[in-house]
Amino acid sequence: MTNEVKPEYKKAVLTVLYQLADDDYLFSYRGSEWLGLAPHIEEDVAFSSITQDTMGHANLYYTLLEELGEGAADSLAQLRPKEERFNSLLVERPNGEGYYKDAPNYDWGYAVARNFVYTTVKKAKIDALKASSYTPLKEVAVKISTELYYHQMHWTTWFTQLCTATEESRSRMMKALQEVIKDSGDLLSLGSTAAHITAYELIESEAVIKERWLAIVTPTFEAVEIAIPVLPEPIINGRNGQHTDDLTSAIETMSEVYRSDLAASW
Amino acid sequence: MTTTGLHEAHIYEVLEAVKDPEIDTVSIIDLGMIERVQVNDGHIRIEVLPTFSGCPALTIIQQNIKKAVKQLEGVREVSVVFMNHPTWTSDRVTEKGRQGLKKFGIAPPPRFLTEDGSWHVDCPYCGSTYVTLENIFGPTACRSILYCKSCKNPFEAMKIISTSM
Repeated sequence: MTNEVKPEYKKAVLTVLYQLADDDYLFSYRGSEWLGLAPHIEEDVAFSSITQDTMGHANLYYTLLEELGEGAADSLAQLRPKEERFNSLLVERPNGEGYYKDAPNYDWGYAVARNFVYTTVKKAKIDALKASSYTPLKEVAVKISTELYYHQMHWTTWFTQLCTATEESRSRMMKALQEVIKDSGDLLSLGSTAAHITAYELIESEAVIKERWLAIVTPTFEAVEIAIPVLPEPIINGRNGQHTDDLTSAIETMSEVYRSDLAASW
Repeated sequence: MTTTGLHEAHIYEVLEAVKDPEIDTVSIIDLGMIERVQVNDGHIRIEVLPTFSGCPALTIIQQNIKKAVKQLEGVREVSVVFMNHPTWTSDRVTEKGRQGLKKFGIAPPPRFLTEDGSWHVDCPYCGSTYVTLENIFGPTACRSILYCKSCKNPFEAMKIISTSM
């Protein structure tokens, strides 16, 4: 099937796949830095399980890229420099001050706000992929949605509880949410070639994805009595390869072992 | 049917002995992971549905299938292909699989989602319905952690996975 695709169509498929793959890869990496640090042991189990699922999702997308001749899935994940990455700004932001192996001073409120926003956007996108003209992508979307159901439930529960528990937790969540939304300008973006991507019906348009997202989060924001945040214009757009140095250090840490012996079989 | 006399049924017989590497009381057939087996003149193609995307047991299962099938006489080549379609769902676990899970101390996946989206699990040890969900997420991607208030045992249950969710 992949042999029959036109070059322009293939290019659009690759663009979408890289965005989806890199988003889940980085999101999963940030989640892995929380391992052992979550507020209680059951949360550590849950968060790391979600992180593991998400790395599996990144792998599904990288495998589709491999099948399209882009190179081995592992290399695509580990070896590309930041200029060749298409993840959103939100997932490359560090978890907080400090280094996870040293003296991490991460804020759980920020983690919950970021994970809630990211996961609900992911749900909107997955639903927007369920009628994709590229069958392998459509099938992967169905697969991912069965697991995403639990992730969304998890982060919505945390978000709702922390927003309504005490005055302190509520004010910290409001602050965390502001931080997250400030970085979410490119989260729904499909990049500079969005028009082609939508014309080929690989995914629904940015406008439709946004509507889907609003429909998903409105009941939660209403329940916690917080105004639905307005997503800003992007500061920089990761979908066009624009990134911060936080991404460089994340890639360096994540790929350290892989780069230490490129010929090794994992 | 081929010239070597090798038949799909022979392959299924062998696959029955390939267990989940983490749950040795259930086979990959019990888990509903085998979608299709094709035999063509000693060339075997086995289509497998991965359970959870991030499950580290998948590559081990792939290797174990190859190893098991290669031992059959007349087999020249074995390819084990993971398919994303149809998507694996927990209702593919067979009755034998459900019994095997219980034997291991894991409650089988709930069969139906009720109208409000909730689901129910019974204790795999004493059958009690008086259980609490401690954590939807568990020690592996496919399991949740529960506690039986009747026999006071903690236990795990296989998550319900459905395309309607």
